[in-house]
Amino acid sequence: MSEISIHAQPIFWLSSFPVTNTLALSVAIFIILFLGSIIFRGKLKLIPAGFQNLAEIIIEGAFGIMDPILGSRRTSERYLPLTLTIFLFVLFSNWLGLLPGVGSIIVKTAQGTVPLFRSPASDLNFTIALALIAVTMVNVFGVGVRGLWGRISVFINFRSPMGFFVGLLELISEFAKIISFSFRLFGNVFAGEVLLAIMAYLLPYLAPVPFMILEIFFGFIQAFIFAILTLIFISIAVSHEEGLEES
Amino acid sequence: MSTEAAKLIAAAIAIGLGAIGPGIAIGLIGAKGAEAIGRNPEATPKIQTAMILAIAFAEAVAIYALVVALILKFVS
Repeated sequence: MSEISIHAQPIFWLSSFPVTNTLALSVAIFIILFLGSIIFRGKLKLIPAGFQNLAEIIIEGAFGIMDPILGSRRTSERYLPLTLTIFLFVLFSNWLGLLPGVGSIIVKTAQGTVPLFRSPASDLNFTIALALIAVTMVNVFGVGVRGLWGRISVFINFRSPMGFFVGLLELISEFAKIISFSFRLFGNVFAGEVLLAIMAYLLPYLAPVPFMILEIFFGFIQAFIFAILTLIFISIAVSHEEGLEES
Repeated sequence: MSTEAAKLIAAAIAIGLGAIGPGIAIGLIGAKGAEAIGRNPEATPKIQTAMILAIAFAEAVAIYALVVALILKFVS
């Protein structure tokens, strides 16, 4: 049975920086998305055809989900880049992690034989990085729209003893968000990997098939959840009502 | 009892008990969601989005338990 490792395995070293198999695949996904969007941008037409249809469906769908939450199309346009990028990056990393070749092409390194590519989100570094980016940007947007004091007054609130505790809870929940974001994605993808490896060991070729379908579904759902939660936290941060004051 | 045996039992208990709460929670969320859709089929997209969101939160708790079990099993 293939070695299941929680840590991402380095495939080569750049003078004491380990280039892991998850890093390799996420760089590959980045190149695919980046080059794809640059090439696609040069081919935009007023009357859409072919792939542009699909892209427009995705964008319209994204706006359709974001408008009711944020209120207006203008605010949606402001926050679409971050949320849709998170969604597409996580979606591609989950789905491309299921392709044949990912996990099966093996290279020999000083530590033994390791897969050349591995699902990026099965690496805790990747998910913690994304979670940090999402939570940091939520706070940056909050500061941008409501000012530095507007954002800090959510956490440090001396209007009443109750307000003080609520502020403290908000501060703790910011860190809980980072942990929750990262472990949700990591747990789902890593558990999926373990499940597929065990199924392939029990009944090769046949047993993994229904679990592959499950993984495709869960890959999409987790990407969607990550993006939607980022969006909801942004909407809370930029439109926080002064509930405690008015009551 | 050796440490290996204790680790395996701990991993099994972690995920076994940890999945009870989220299992019940997701069942309740699904039930309420289905009931809401039944009452007002026009609002199905909104209800579905809220339901999926709530299910993801509940499932995240089960995932935390799973991560503890995986760490117990795979980290020496």
